[in-house]
Amino acid sequence: MEDNTFTAHVRKQSGTSIIDLKGEIDAFADEALNTAYSEAASDSPHTIVLNFSQANYINSTGIALIVSLLAKARIAKCKLVVYGLSDYYRELFDITSLSDFMTIYSDESHALAGVH
Amino acid sequence: MTWFQRKKNNKENEMEVEPTADQTALAVSAGVGTSPTTVTNMLDVDIAPDDPLLAYILSSPGIIQVDRLNLDSPALGELKEAQVRLAVPLISQGELIGLLNLGSRLSEADYSTDDFRLLSTLATQAAPALRVAQLARQQQAEARQRERMEQELRVARVVQQTLLPKEVPTLDGWQIDAYWQPARTVSGDFYDFIAFDDGRMGFIVADVTDKGVPAALVMATSRSVLRAVAERVVSPGAVLQQANNLLCPSMPAKMFVTCLYAVLDPTSGVLCYANAGHNPPFQHHGENIVELRARGMPLGLMPDWTYEEKETRLMPGDNVMMYSDGLVEAHDTQGEMFGYERMRGVISQPRCGEELIQCMLDELHGFTGPEWEQEDDVTFVTLNCLALPDPAQVDVSEQLLAEFVLPSRLGEEKQLIRKVTEAVAPLNLDQHLVERLRRSVAEATMNAMEHGNHFQEDKPVTVRVLAGPDRLIARVEDLGGDALIPMATKPDLQAKLQGEQSPRGWGLFLIQKMVDEMNTYSNGDRHVIELVLMR
Repeated sequence: MEDNTFTAHVRKQSGTSIIDLKGEIDAFADEALNTAYSEAASDSPHTIVLNFSQANYINSTGIALIVSLLAKARIAKCKLVVYGLSDYYRELFDITSLSDFMTIYSDESHALAGVH
Repeated sequence: MTWFQRKKNNKENEMEVEPTADQTALAVSAGVGTSPTTVTNMLDVDIAPDDPLLAYILSSPGIIQVDRLNLDSPALGELKEAQVRLAVPLISQGELIGLLNLGSRLSEADYSTDDFRLLSTLATQAAPALRVAQLARQQQAEARQRERMEQELRVARVVQQTLLPKEVPTLDGWQIDAYWQPARTVSGDFYDFIAFDDGRMGFIVADVTDKGVPAALVMATSRSVLRAVAERVVSPGAVLQQANNLLCPSMPAKMFVTCLYAVLDPTSGVLCYANAGHNPPFQHHGENIVELRARGMPLGLMPDWTYEEKETRLMPGDNVMMYSDGLVEAHDTQGEMFGYERMRGVISQPRCGEELIQCMLDELHGFTGPEWEQEDDVTFVTLNCLALPDPAQVDVSEQLLAEFVLPSRLGEEKQLIRKVTEAVAPLNLDQHLVERLRRSVAEATMNAMEHGNHFQEDKPVTVRVLAGPDRLIARVEDLGGDALIPMATKPDLQAKLQGEQSPRGWGLFLIQKMVDEMNTYSNGDRHVIELVLMR
């Protein structure tokens, strides 16, 4: 159980913030995810990148949290992109239409190349 | 204007007057002798409404000496041509209803003062008698016409009744009843049932604008079109869309059809419906009465319209009442409308089927009073869920793999899905299938904790995992048996991103995407969501 506790770590580089998501994205991830987003958005980056490569579980509440982040980013006119989705979660982004609003990259290098 | 035909017999001054009917001109038939001694032919003279002779007669009543009158009148010309000497107007209530036309006397002497007096007296007495005769004949003709129309209407009603179901269908665990009362001999209302091979049942309740024969003709066409489309298309929304496109080109001006179409799956209790501008049906569930609304334009108005499709689920004890507007729009003697509130009042009482319909009619007749002349057609179809099949008995070949009971505490579902994974491990299933099972069970369990048990930890959620030859089944049970589970619809992400809707509300939608079939059942106070995944 302990290994799956959600953490979110923020890295910043030249106008872009990267949030590394780790563990299970569900109702318990709410506070940590929002704190990380606030930190990532603090100096108004043009893009925030969500790294899902170590997120091993996303449920419907987790989807709602990502929708909230996307809504905030749109208000701040900040682009939100993602990478590291497993096939299963890639499908989840498609059926929820999140992929219509967030560009999905396979890995970090492609994501950074895409946003610059 | 009334006209008549007059025949003059061989004997001078013996006349026969035959009234007929015409609305355009006054026609005068004069038997006039071409020689002083014989009558050899008949003459019909039409007096047009704008002929100056007519104005002359009405302004100067009295016997007209034809050869002394000079008018630019075609009718007068014809009278002169026919050697008419005297024309005696027959006037009743200010209306010229005929002329008595006389040729020369057989004696060739002039008409005397006595003759004039006699003719005046005759005209005065003959005019009202002729009028009465005309009216009597007109009434006889109208009565014959009415009788013909009534006979045709009786035939039309018989034909129309053959288009309505002969009997209501029977479905195990369900009670279906119907009532149809046209305001006139024939009706624009209709209802229909369509039984599908897979056990589902379609319900149509429709209302054509207007009443009487025009509505009945449109009803016959609409019924055929709806039935033909429904027999080859499954989705109620698509049925209405196609029926609308077929009806639009041939719909008479200012006419249209409102129509509710619903399809019931009697094993799950799911009622899928679409509505073309018809009164929304009521669902009576526990203490609640819900209007089943779905958007859609009436049929026959505008082609290429799409129809919203919705679902509800009926549980044992639930009623659905489909009806036409003749009930709610009935008026009492003071002009007050029966209205939806009275209707809801009746529906809220614990009655169903025929009893509910009779109660509704009693309420209606109590409201309108005994002298009520029914203004519009009245139609009801009621659907009552008596029992649903027990899911545990649907397929005895299913094997129970595991049963878990967990408290309604968020986070418990994560431990549960690890156990579910272990339970299905011996089946060596495809990993993607296992993943769909895990995620759907987790979502259904969270819903059960939150919406069924309201996170009351002492209320357990029970999860059973079963395997059949071709499927995996998970049943998630909570204690919220009296609550309706809304149907899964795709959340509006745009609205959520714009802050118009909560970012939450994805659970049921995700479950539906992950499973092949989702059913819900109520068993007393317990509520079961059944997830089926094909192996």
